[in-house]
Amino acid sequence: MKKKKHILSKIFAGLMIAFFYLPILYTIVFSFNDSRSLSVFDGFSLRWYEKMFHNSDMMESVFYTIAIALLATFISTIAGTIAAIGISKSGRILKGVVEQVNNLPIMNPEIVTAIGLLMLFSSLAVSKGFTTLLLAHIMFCIPYVILSILPKLRSLDPNILDAALDLGCTPVQALVKVIVPQITSGIFAGALIAFTMSFDDFVISYFVTGNGVNNISIMIYTMSKRINPTINALSSLIIAIITAVLLILNITPIILEKRKEKKQK
Amino acid sequence: MKSFRRMAYPYLIWSAVFIVLPMLLIIVYAFTKEGNSVINIQFTLDNFAKFFSDKVFFYVLRRSIYIAIVTTVVCILLGYPLAYIIACMKPKSQVVMVFIVTIPTWINMLVRTYAWRGILDKNGMLNSILGLFGIGPIQFLETAFAVVLGMVYNFIPFMILQIYNSLSKMDDSYLEAAADLGADKVQTFMKVVLPLSIPGVISGITLVFLPAVSSFFIPKLLGGGKYVLIGNVIESQFLTSGDWGFGSAISLIMAIIIIISMHITKKLDKDNSAEGGNG
Repeated sequence: MKKKKHILSKIFAGLMIAFFYLPILYTIVFSFNDSRSLSVFDGFSLRWYEKMFHNSDMMESVFYTIAIALLATFISTIAGTIAAIGISKSGRILKGVVEQVNNLPIMNPEIVTAIGLLMLFSSLAVSKGFTTLLLAHIMFCIPYVILSILPKLRSLDPNILDAALDLGCTPVQALVKVIVPQITSGIFAGALIAFTMSFDDFVISYFVTGNGVNNISIMIYTMSKRINPTINALSSLIIAIITAVLLILNITPIILEKRKEKKQK
Repeated sequence: MKSFRRMAYPYLIWSAVFIVLPMLLIIVYAFTKEGNSVINIQFTLDNFAKFFSDKVFFYVLRRSIYIAIVTTVVCILLGYPLAYIIACMKPKSQVVMVFIVTIPTWINMLVRTYAWRGILDKNGMLNSILGLFGIGPIQFLETAFAVVLGMVYNFIPFMILQIYNSLSKMDDSYLEAAADLGADKVQTFMKVVLPLSIPGVISGITLVFLPAVSSFFIPKLLGGGKYVLIGNVIESQFLTSGDWGFGSAISLIMAIIIIISMHITKKLDKDNSAEGGNG
């Protein structure tokens, strides 16, 4: 679709971009504000960052968020890959059932998943805290990993796997040397989604955690009852981490490709 | 190939425990009396009766649906033009623009929603700008406006991306054909582009309406305690008053409403495409 560009459309697009990024910029700028003011920038200062680093609850929540996100990503990526390969080789009925069940956490409102897990953990008498938080995050990450790997598996040529097995590969060798290398992009995409889903999660974490184990989202939620510029500092820290992750993941493949090209030349 | 099939079994067990069982628990709690044990389960409809007999809950439910519909409509009205503008750009700028629209969705929703509090506060940025023109200060927070704004802000990228996907897949030859057959720009849009992009709008509606109707932290952060939606009622049943049966019943009612509305939108989509096929 190509058409002449209208000035009005440019203005509209500009306004929409401003709408998207204004709150993000606002948070970053006012995290460096010297006063508590919400509207006037009274000079550059790092006092809110200082406060944040001295606030042990906040630093703990940063630690828990990163620890949970890394663990949940690691476990759900491996489990999701295994499950996806199994599903792709399953019969039609089993495949249909697992895919339907797998879609439930994605389609359900988060709050429904959250209260379901809350009741599950308490009926199993698991005490709320790090374990429940991690289990819940693994639970909602795996479906996304599976969803991003399944299409890759579908487009694989089954003959290659048969050839590997015929040529004397054990199933494990065939898996590691034939299947996994062909679906790496799907695995990485799944891991990225899992990491950001876990890192950003609020609703499910809020319901299943307890005993003082909080992530950053819960921290902001509970602290936000009053205007508190320290939240801006914490927010900016999160924005910085996620932006860094996104940039690294988007730029690394480009650099690697360019290096390959250079080597080939 | 059987050995590979076995790789699905652990996940089958896992999802039975962590996905299916929690859903069953919600249903069980919604339909049974409080304080029963595994041996002694008593069926009841009290939880549902409590919901429908109390006008307050019904009012909150109506308000939640209303807010979600307004949010969805605003997302279409603002999102469609932007998706259309993006789809008309050069391929390279399209990639950049899609990236620009996507980035905010990667950033924590709570962080982005909290930022609006500083902007919309009585002493906030928006009011101080309006003050320069001698307007205000206006109470933005704790109003329906703030809640809808927060929801539109959080969910509109999904709408834009869905509509953009359906627009960018569109075959240029349709537009050329329409132009060759004498359609002007408005006619081409109304009779060719719009009908072909409806599936994108429909999936956008699903992605906006569903989180909007069940959201509870956006009304809490931007609506204060004064603007309660159904999600907040569920939250308080579980985390403050501890009435799990009632909370489960409300979530079931909410889930049913969502399923019905999904069904209606899907049906609208089917009718629409059938019409397009015959015409």
